[in-house]
Order: sequence, then C-alpha cells, then structure tokens
Amino acid sequence: MNPLDLRWLGAVVLSLIAAFTLATVPLPEAVNHWRPAWIALTVLYWAIALPERMGVLSAWFIGILADVMHGALLGQHALGFALIAYLGLIYHQRIRVYPMVQQALVVGSIIFLHQLWMLMIYNTLGSRHYPNTYLLGTLTSALLWPWLFVVLRDLRRRATA
Amino acid sequence: MFLDEPSPTARFITCVVVSFFLISVDHEQRHLASLRAGLSLLIYPIQYAVSLPVRIVDSIADGFAGRQGLRKENEAFRKENLFLRSRGVKFAALESENKRLRALLDSTAEMGEDVSVADVLAIETTAAKRQIVINKGSLQHVYLGQPVADAHGLVGQVVEVGRFASTVILITDARHAIPVQINRNGLRAIASGGDTDEALSLNFVPNNADVAAGDLVVSSGLDHRFPAGFPVGKVTNIDSDASEPFARIRVEPSAHVGRAREVLLVWPRAKSQEIPPAGGATTTAAPVLSTRPKAAVEIAPPAAPTDVGGAAAEEEQEEQN
Repeated sequence: MNPLDLRWLGAVVLSLIAAFTLATVPLPEAVNHWRPAWIALTVLYWAIALPERMGVLSAWFIGILADVMHGALLGQHALGFALIAYLGLIYHQRIRVYPMVQQALVVGSIIFLHQLWMLMIYNTLGSRHYPNTYLLGTLTSALLWPWLFVVLRDLRRRATA
Repeated sequence: MFLDEPSPTARFITCVVVSFFLISVDHEQRHLASLRAGLSLLIYPIQYAVSLPVRIVDSIADGFAGRQGLRKENEAFRKENLFLRSRGVKFAALESENKRLRALLDSTAEMGEDVSVADVLAIETTAAKRQIVINKGSLQHVYLGQPVADAHGLVGQVVEVGRFASTVILITDARHAIPVQINRNGLRAIASGGDTDEALSLNFVPNNADVAAGDLVVSSGLDHRFPAGFPVGKVTNIDSDASEPFARIRVEPSAHVGRAREVLLVWPRAKSQEIPPAGGATTTAAPVLSTRPKAAVEIAPPAAPTDVGGAAAEEEQEEQN
C-alpha cells in the first residue's frame, strides 16, 4: 500500500470516527429527533468524492458497525448505507457539478430514503412504534450538508494533496 | 483482485440479499450475539470517548470541591454510616431469624448477592429504546440477563455482553417487564415500562385489588432473574375505571433510571432448587448459578475464550447432568 493510500484511508477513518461519536453523543429528548444522520452523510460524501474507494461493500460494513453501536438488527443500517453508497456511486458525476442548494436537496432525498427504510424496519420488526418525527433528521441532514461538504473536502484535499 | 470487477449494481444486490438474511436471522434468533460482541470491540473506544467529557467535568468538579464542602459531606457520610451500621446489626439478627423460620418451613430460598460498581458510558437516547452502556463486560464476569441496580432500586438487566462493555435495558423500556409484588401485602403483579423514564405500569391488577398510592413495589423474584425484594418503585397513581377490567396503576421507579452515572451489577447467590426453563432467547439460567466465576464461565461467548478452560468443561458437564 503506498503512502497516499494510507493517507486517504486515514482521512476516511478519522471522519467516520467523528461521525460515530456525533451519532452517539447523548442529546436532550426534545432535540434528539433532529439529530442529523451523521454517519450516513459521511458515507455519502466519500461515495461522491472518492467513488473508486468508498464502495458499496465498505459502506455496508460501516453499516454493520452502526448496527452494533445502536443495538439495531444486524443488517439494518448496513442495507441503508449500501443504498446510500450505491446512489452516490451512480450519480456522483452529476451531484458533483450541482450548485450547493441543489446538492443539498439531492442529498436530503437520499438520506430520506435511508431514514424511511430505518423507520420501516423499526416499526415492522421492532416491538415498539417509532414516531414519524424520526424523519426530521433528514431536514437537518440536508441543511448540514454544505458545511459538512466543505469540512470533508478540506480533509480530503489535505489527505490526498 | 477480480479480473472482471463486479458492477456496483451487482454488489448492491448482494448487500441487499445478505442484509435481509442477517436481519431475519437476527430478528428470529440469537445466533449473532458473538458476532456482535466481537464487533463491539471496535465500537467500545468511541463509546468510551463520548463519555469522557462527562468524566473529565466530574473529576474537575471533584478537584474544586472546597474544603468546607468536603468536610460537610464527610460529616453527612459519617452520620449515614452510623445509621446504616445500626440498621445492619438489626438486619443480621433478622436475617438469622428469617433463616431459622425458613428452615422451619422447609423452604430453601436463601438469598444474598455480590455487587460491583460499573460506570455508565452512554445512554441510548432514542425515545423507544431505553438502554445504557456500561464499562464492564465478560472480562468482569458480566452475564446475559444480569440484574443491574443502583443505590435506590433496580435499574434493569444486561441484554448484551461484550468483552469490555455491556448494554443494559432499563426497566422503563417499553419492551421490558418485571414480576413484582406489593411489599405491604404481597400482591403479585407485572411491572412493565412505558413511554417515559418516570413511570412503570402494573398490568392486569383487578380493579378491586388492595393497592394504595405510596405502596412500595419490590421485585418478587419469580422470574429467577432478579433477586427478590429489591425495590422497584412506589405506586403514585391508581386509575380504576369500573368499566374496565383492570386498574391502571402507575409506579414511579425508585432507582434513578436513566439518570444514573454509576450502577451496581448484581450477582445473585440464590440457592433455590428449581431451575428456570431455558427460555430461548436471552436466558442463560445464570441466576441459579451460585458463584461469580461460574456465571462468567456459563455465559462466556464463543468470541471470548474463557480463561478457565478446564473448569468450563467441568461446569458444562454439570449443567448437562
């Protein structure tokens, strides 16, 4: 593995650790539903920015880790992230050239699909009904995207420069 | 690696199939527990890091606690210690009397427990999931289904054991229920969790049952999982509607459920004779095992090889006999 490979891998791992941390930091009940889908956003960013590196399979494995962390059914987040990475891979060329607002809209839709899938599984296989406010995270995710994009782009440039 | 790399679509479809397979297996059975335990090793540093700021703030606050405050606290502790000690003396007498009476009745429910303190690392805040992660795992002999308490009462039970950390489901989780009895008259009921941290509800208690606000609710131990006699909560509100068969009884948990930073892991030393039915999913029949190491051996997941191999085999044989 050449040093450049190691560096981008470092950047990806670093951003994922940050995302996992932010996803599990305790928040007050009232704002908890507004928590952005941090890990999903990070996976999506890398799928768009480095499609040849962040593939469907790596996203799937990250999802398994997220399942373990959240105590969800194994495969639940995994499938969601695989879907995100897949859509990111397919549309990365288009998404990259979109203006920021449009990008946020597309990202919001992709995250929405993910959240919808999560909600569906929670409510069909879980023993308790999750409120639909679970989907509010989509909104904050879309709003967060431009900032996250800038931060991660900076990280990527430093890593791959 | 591949001469002809599979397309993203092919990979995605593979992932979907594997995910559905995993989800269904995980939903139906517990075969994946060891896989989870293994993967949780990767997650543990993150959970630890998240709880770090709280710990740091705590220790800084401790450092700045003034002399005066410490002295006051010390004084209070001394008083409390004296008080508890006097009660302890009485308790010893009562215990021996109890033992004697039980011997007369030919009943062998002799209880006692070992405890150990664990720090709460993270609180699963999703509304529907009341769980906490604690910093002890199979390495410290934590086992599946182990009761967890704090100084005031029962907090919950262990649902997932990793090497260094475990997940505890709180008694206020909607998926959790615990057999209880009213301390005053021994009336038995089941207390299940609900929507909030602040309340449990007693299910299937008839409208005319003798329950009053302020009654202490304790665990009955009928589940062979929670030790009997641990405080669960206090009855706060009884809503008996004559048109409904059962009263709606709300119980406020005694323990600081969901707010605790430290909890007590309890190893019951029950010497009851009957062995609880190995009820599928989470049961490991742990509560009947008498000592700590034994319990640890019993649950040690395949991912975590036991450090007492010979003893493990022996124990297993005993189990089967």
